[in-house]
Amino acid sequence: MSLITTLARLEAVDTGRAQPLATVRHRHLADRPLVLVPLTTAGEAGAPLGALVGTDREAPRLLAVAQPRDRDLRFAFLAELAEAVLPHIEAYADVVEPAERNETDPATGKKAKVEVELCTDAAQLIVPSRAGVEFVRLLGRSMRFRRTAEDDPDTPYPAPARVPLLGRWLTHYGERARVPGSSLLPAVTDLLNRHWASGQSSLEDQHLGALLAWIDPPAGSSGAEAALRAELARDGKGQLLCPPAGPATDPDFDNRLLAPAIERYDRARTALASAEDGLAADARLGELSAAEREIRSLLARVMLPTWDAVWRGLDLLRELPEGSRTEDRWTRDRWSFTAHRDRVRSGEPPQPRRDDAVTAAQKLASRETAQAQLEAQEALDDPLVLAGRRLAGEAFLATVSAVEMAYTESKRPAPRPLLTVRTDERPHLAERTKVYRSLEGKPQTAEFVRYADGPPADDGEIPLVLRILDRMGRGKEPAPGSVPEPGERIAWTLFEHDQRGGPKLPDPEETPWTHGGPPGADAATRAELPDPVTPEDLL
Amino acid sequence: MLATALGSPAPFGQSQFAFMRGNAFEAKVKADGGAELLRLLYERLGGGAPPPAGDTATPDLSAAGPEGRAARTALALREATAAGGWALLDHPMLALEVAGSPAYLEPDAVVVHPDGRWTVVEIKSFPMIDASADPSKVGAAARQAAVYVLALERVAAVTEGAEVGHRVLLVCPKDFSNLPTASVVDVRKQRAVTRRQLTRLTRVEDIAAALPEGTTFDPACPPEELDAAVAAVPPAYAPECLAACELAFHCRSRSRAEGAVEALGRSVRGELGGLTTVAGVLAAAAGKEGDPADPTVAALRRAAALRAEALESASAARAGTDVPEGAGACR
Amino acid sequence: MVTTGFDPGAEAARATGAILDDTLRGSARGVVVDSPPGAGKSTLVVRAALELAAAGHPLMVIAQTNAQVDDLVVRLAEKDPELPVGRLHSSDSDPYDKVLDGLANVTKSAKAADLAGLDVVISTAAKWAHVKNVEPWGHAIVDEAYQMRSDALLAVAGLFERALFVGDPGQLDPFSIVGADQWAGLSYDPSASAVSTLLAHNPELPQHRLPVSWRLPASAAPLVSDAFYPYTPFRSGTDHGDRKLSFGVASDGSGPDRVLDEAAESGWGLLELPARHTPRTDPEAVRAVALVVRRLLDRGGVATSERAEEPVPVTADRVAVGTAHRDQAAAVRAALTELGVTGVAVDTANRLQGREFDVTVVLHPLSGRPDATAFHLETGRLCVLASRHRHACVVVCREGVAELLDEHPSTEPVQLGVTVKFPDGWEANHTVLAHLSEHRVRWRP
Repeated sequence: MSLITTLARLEAVDTGRAQPLATVRHRHLADRPLVLVPLTTAGEAGAPLGALVGTDREAPRLLAVAQPRDRDLRFAFLAELAEAVLPHIEAYADVVEPAERNETDPATGKKAKVEVELCTDAAQLIVPSRAGVEFVRLLGRSMRFRRTAEDDPDTPYPAPARVPLLGRWLTHYGERARVPGSSLLPAVTDLLNRHWASGQSSLEDQHLGALLAWIDPPAGSSGAEAALRAELARDGKGQLLCPPAGPATDPDFDNRLLAPAIERYDRARTALASAEDGLAADARLGELSAAEREIRSLLARVMLPTWDAVWRGLDLLRELPEGSRTEDRWTRDRWSFTAHRDRVRSGEPPQPRRDDAVTAAQKLASRETAQAQLEAQEALDDPLVLAGRRLAGEAFLATVSAVEMAYTESKRPAPRPLLTVRTDERPHLAERTKVYRSLEGKPQTAEFVRYADGPPADDGEIPLVLRILDRMGRGKEPAPGSVPEPGERIAWTLFEHDQRGGPKLPDPEETPWTHGGPPGADAATRAELPDPVTPEDLL
Repeated sequence: MLATALGSPAPFGQSQFAFMRGNAFEAKVKADGGAELLRLLYERLGGGAPPPAGDTATPDLSAAGPEGRAARTALALREATAAGGWALLDHPMLALEVAGSPAYLEPDAVVVHPDGRWTVVEIKSFPMIDASADPSKVGAAARQAAVYVLALERVAAVTEGAEVGHRVLLVCPKDFSNLPTASVVDVRKQRAVTRRQLTRLTRVEDIAAALPEGTTFDPACPPEELDAAVAAVPPAYAPECLAACELAFHCRSRSRAEGAVEALGRSVRGELGGLTTVAGVLAAAAGKEGDPADPTVAALRRAAALRAEALESASAARAGTDVPEGAGACR
Repeated sequence: MVTTGFDPGAEAARATGAILDDTLRGSARGVVVDSPPGAGKSTLVVRAALELAAAGHPLMVIAQTNAQVDDLVVRLAEKDPELPVGRLHSSDSDPYDKVLDGLANVTKSAKAADLAGLDVVISTAAKWAHVKNVEPWGHAIVDEAYQMRSDALLAVAGLFERALFVGDPGQLDPFSIVGADQWAGLSYDPSASAVSTLLAHNPELPQHRLPVSWRLPASAAPLVSDAFYPYTPFRSGTDHGDRKLSFGVASDGSGPDRVLDEAAESGWGLLELPARHTPRTDPEAVRAVALVVRRLLDRGGVATSERAEEPVPVTADRVAVGTAHRDQAAAVRAALTELGVTGVAVDTANRLQGREFDVTVVLHPLSGRPDATAFHLETGRLCVLASRHRHACVVVCREGVAELLDEHPSTEPVQLGVTVKFPDGWEANHTVLAHLSEHRVRWRP
């Protein structure tokens, strides 16, 4: 943790209120995000229990599974979830603008610009916490290999029609969430933690209620008091006032309320099945609906506080002006969204269980690029982030004190002006270290030449000599405005502002022998096999 | 519970859904004389031996008290090793001397191979999805299994022809089902660490932390003595404790009351040198305390100055609109 | 102690012979060589390159950094000034060491096509990854293969038919700046080392080990071998008494002088400062490091070894200071400047990898720390710092590291399917510390 962040945390402890870690918003927020608050059944992987979902904070849609171990009820839940999520996604998939993309012609190997569609906007899906992102990924994994009756009439337990498609989209969102700076599937706790430092540890910051308590404590209460209440306060029935943001439930909720309710539901169902005449069946059906309603209302009650908390978190985030380079990263999210839309439309199979060697390497490389880009862009957008880089010796502010013209020693001399700049900072400079400044939104490169008065011996202002290397036009004399004037105060960074993409990797069919060779035909088909469905999965 | 009595209720406890499913899973793995467990073990760690058939020994390990059960287990291990066939020991009892007194451990199962190799089996209820599982949970299982391996090595040392495998079998539910699958975990690292810990640790609560849950100490040792030992030691609270110990909320409030910076996470301490309290750090950063020649103090002041400058320039950049008064958390 | 009957020269020659045999005449597509610190890795690479070239096999060499590439080019030219060598470089400014301009046999270019037909072409993995549409080389040598990431190998493996992979498994692992957990356990995990992927897919490849460290003295090889290579032990090429470090000026009784005497005598010295939690750039520890260096030079250290008939003065360029962090290195540099010392290499473990000195002074990564993070416990970091010296290593450290280790027991997460890399950093730290404490000089500055 950087010392600036540590200080912010300590100040939060001292003042009883979270302190800013950013002065602008570094993540895109859609005008109409789809919020999803999921709950899962304890002890079982990817077994949904309930969810609140929707784009209207006043009207969440409640989905519930009365008996989580019943496969039919689980499928019904997933089908309903698909109906809540897919139309939202599809609405964005159909609105496009023309865009250009570099593509390599497979025949000639030449790169050419191709006109393609780019979705004008992408659907943003927001969950309360990081565990929620993980759960979305898990749901995606559990659904995308399912077979519908249409896929395979003989499949023993066919999934509802749109469930595998939802699985593919959720998988895409879950995977995209791993890209640094992406906003397609953010967790509200991550968004808040990026912008505020609370007076508790980052572990405790995973609790959405406690985190909000620090950022926006109720009148008359300190963040610490409010957070403690959010973590531990219980009502007369021993239930948490601020239930976990899911997907896990509080064991006391499971044991004291949910388990008895499910038991009543099971009993009602058994009774209905054994009803001997129509009249008895009607009465027992009524009992069954009542039992189901009770479960739905129990689940709604534990999810609603989180639902409200998510929207409150979004309100707080919207108070911050969006950083100017945030849009650039959202555009990348839109490309990612469009690319997945295209894969689905072209009938490609679902994403494999595990990436092949080439895909894994490509993903890692693009995420490393995204990470470096995110760090650079946040620092350029936000003086508070830049302050952290300055403290680490990776950037510095300096005032130009002199400019001396100089030229390259070639047949056509090019300008290489020498700047003397004064700073009281101590960046990690060595001979020919490259430094960059932003000139009309584009980076200009200079290199460190020397300390004008010898290496710094103590604190205080020192003069440095820098040589400007580029962005001065093609002529012998630099283009107007391309060389700083004495008196200008400029932020220089030791990190690059843009990231070069890595080298092109081989096609998967050309995976070299060191990495197992091309994935065989069996590997391709194996990846698409559905999970075997066995009677043991459920009661 | 102790934590509740101290006024700091901790959100612990297990959901009965998880409990039931976990039990059902272990029962399923061990059903039919452990047929499924032995099948998985043979598939992953069979070596060249003939596959276990219906003649696998499943010795009765019941005896009075942990000491008796440990003796019974040792005897069963000796007999099974001498017999030269497959044997499955369900919930054996192992003894391990810790700081001079015996601790008793109960692994889920130990399998004896025909060649005299003993393999520890751990059955866990977290899933293995596409052959991977939560690394922190696997890590915890590996550390736990390493303790069993160490304890078994004590028995093997006095058993002719016996050898304890450093590769243990971890059995978990497969993907989204309740069907078992297994993975082999090499615990040599964890074994080396635990071995050194046991020789170095002298504080009771450190030893307890190093041992798996459910470990019982010598029943001869009066419980008050252990309690007193725990109370006598100053707690070193860190946020990680919250997930592991029911007393953590109690320790946290003490730690916060003392203004200890560790309450914000261990990593916070890293750059603060000798400064240990929130007030001390803030005073040093504000220039009220501390020697500016101390690099910690100098760095703090620089950090504070840079932070203040950045916040000022940002608020100058946009005419400050205050965050609106929000309502309380989780009404 | 070298056991009677162990002839290090013969052992090493036997290993090298087998490696060259597999490389030149074997049928396997890959040969893997593990080389502990100072076991003659560079010599092996140069020799294999020369023999492949002599046998008429065009060769590409892949190293990890530009400095490594330039160093290899220079070494090749030293051994065979006539050999046509191509140095493929980036199109950045200053892409290679100017020394290469003075070598007549070396052609330099940013384009692989310009270097076609030369006996040996050398570049970094990063540059090779951009080379496309060329006829693959029959042979390649991958240097520092354990520091190369699997994805970097994926990008270049199409350029060669077969390769010799050489590296030190005990040094710092490659890392990624983003999480790569989702691929853990996969044989081709892109963030793993190139060698682990290679062997996972080709377990039948011949694997060799250079058994003798020519760098580490008899006092250091057993500790480094035990602590960092417990399952692949190696020995020192020299015996106790073959090397000697002595001083022209007698000790003044100060801590730095006493620890230097201890290190000269035993090969190791621990200068222990009083326990205290400090910032990374602990001024007292930093100054103690600088003082030790200053006294080493002032006292006219001379090193006697098998390399020269006469004792050789230990000059500044034969001394290095190793730290865990860059700011610590910067602080030590400043302290040395203040004491008027110049010419001593001061760097982090990452940057000292692969380098060799007569005497090293190490600021212990855990000295004065309130916590022990995974970074500070990383096995490779301590291994690099403890294995750069030919004569002696002095470690400067605050008291209390053993207790710190006890408070931070190893609780590493475990990924299923990942081959365990040995040893554990926590355990290795304890092993090294236990040994160092036998050579402890307590000092209150």
